[in-house]
Amino acid sequence: MSEKKFSKQHEWVSVEGDVATIGITKHAAEMLGDVVFVELPEKGKTVKKEGQAGVVESTKAASDVYTPITGEITETNQSIVDDPGAVNKDPEGHAWFFKIKIKNKSELDELMSKADYDKFAKENPN
Amino acid sequence: MDTQKTALYEYHKSLGAKFVPFAGYQMPVQYSSGIVEEHKTTRSEAGLFDVSHMGQLSIEGSADLILALEKIIPTDFKNIKLNQSKYSFLTNENGGIYDDLIVTKVERGFNIILNAACKDNDFKIIKNALGGKFKLTLHKDLSLIALQGPKASEILENIINGISSLKFMNGKNFSYNSAQIYITRSGYTGEDGFEISIANNMVEDFAKSLIAKGAKPIGLGARDTLRLEAGLCLYGHDINETTTPIEANLKWAISKRRREEGGFLGYNKIKSDINGELSRLRIGIKPAGKIIAREGTKIFSVDGQEIGSVTSGTFGPSVNGPIAMGYVKFDFVKSGTKILLEVRGKKYDAKVSELPFYKKNYVR
Repeated sequence: MSEKKFSKQHEWVSVEGDVATIGITKHAAEMLGDVVFVELPEKGKTVKKEGQAGVVESTKAASDVYTPITGEITETNQSIVDDPGAVNKDPEGHAWFFKIKIKNKSELDELMSKADYDKFAKENPN
Repeated sequence: MDTQKTALYEYHKSLGAKFVPFAGYQMPVQYSSGIVEEHKTTRSEAGLFDVSHMGQLSIEGSADLILALEKIIPTDFKNIKLNQSKYSFLTNENGGIYDDLIVTKVERGFNIILNAACKDNDFKIIKNALGGKFKLTLHKDLSLIALQGPKASEILENIINGISSLKFMNGKNFSYNSAQIYITRSGYTGEDGFEISIANNMVEDFAKSLIAKGAKPIGLGARDTLRLEAGLCLYGHDINETTTPIEANLKWAISKRRREEGGFLGYNKIKSDINGELSRLRIGIKPAGKIIAREGTKIFSVDGQEIGSVTSGTFGPSVNGPIAMGYVKFDFVKSGTKILLEVRGKKYDAKVSELPFYKKNYVR
C-alpha cells in the first residue's frame, strides 16, 4: 500500500492500484471520543469527493464521514459496525471504513502528507 | 456573556479534563479515560462530579414561608420533615415547568437546588412570588459536588464519620475541618450517592481527599448517559415550560394532598391532566438495532402516523445499546408497543420501554 494521505475533513486515504482505502484519522477519533455507532455507505454506490459517505456517532453526537475521493464503493468494513469501539482503538489500521474504486487519480494530489496533516490538525482541532 | 469557572476549574484541568461551555460555565465534559469508561466506573465504583454550576438557593422562614412556597412549588411543604429532600418543580400558570428542583427542609427554612441554566430566572420568580418577606440567598460562595456509585458511602465514610447511616433523600450537617458542610444522600445517576454542599475555598481539598480514597473524576458527558439510563429528566430537553409534570410521567413527585387540594400555579391544567385528558406522555424508547435516536427524532406508529418525538437519546454504556426518551400520543404509551424512529430519512424499529433502563437499589 501507498503512504497514507490526509484530508481536511480528517480522513486518511491509502492507495493500492486503483483502489483507495479510507478511514478517519487518529486525531478525529480522539476528538469524537468513544465511538458507539458507525453507518457505512452501500456497496456499489458512487460517492463524490467531499460528499457524505457514512456516519459516526459518539455518546455525545453524530458526525458525518466524508469521502476525500470520488468513485464507487467496492467494500465496507462491517467489523466496525459490529464493534464501533474499534474506531478508537485502531483508527488508522484495522478500523478502516470503506474502499473506493478511484475515478480520478488527480484528486489524490490535493490531499496532505502526514506532516502537513499533523500541522493542519493542530491548527484546526475540530 | 463571560463564561464562569467553578472553584474546581484548575483541579479539573490538572486531572486532564476536556472542557465545554455549559449554561454559562466552563465545565469538564470528560477526562482522559472517556465517557464510556467514566460511566462504567460510576456504576461499579464511585465517581466524583462537580455540579457547582447548579444553583444553591436558601430561603429562611417558617409557617408563612410554607404557605407562600406551596403556591409555586407542588411539594407537600407542610409535611416535609427536617432534613428530608423532595424532587419537585417550579410550575407556571399553564402547568408547565420553569425548572425541576430538589428542596430540602433545614432548620432555618428550605434549601433548593436549581438547574444552572434556570437559576437566575428561578430566583426572580421565587423572589417575586414570596413578596420580599423572606431572606433569599443564591449562594455564590458554595460549591456542590456529587459522589456517586456503589463505593460512594465507603469512600465518604473515610472523611465524614457516620455518613453511611444517612438515608436516601435525606440530608444533614456534618463537620469537616471544623467547618460545617451539608450533605444529602441523593444524585442524578441511578446509583447510591451523596451531594455535598461546601464552601468554595474548601472544595478542592475535599475533592482531593475523595480522589485519594479512590473516587474517579467524572464529566458531564457520563453524567448525561448515567441519568438517561436511570430514566431521569434533563431540564430543557425532556421537560420544559410547555410540558406538565403529568405529561412528563412525574405524577409521583406531587403528593396526594397537593394533587387533590391544588393551590399552586398551573393546577387547573395539571388537574385536568390527572383526570384523564392527557394527550401525550413521556416514555422510554429502546431502538431495535444500534441506531441512536437523538433529540428531535420523529416517532411514528407502525402504520406511518407521526405520534411524537425524542427528547433525549444516546448510547447507554451499561445497557450496552442505544436508549432514548420522548413523548408520544397517549394511545402508544404501553410498554412493548412497536414504534418507528426516523433517523437521517430512514425509519428504524423501536419499542416503548419501561423506565429506568438501568435499575439499582437506593439505600432507604
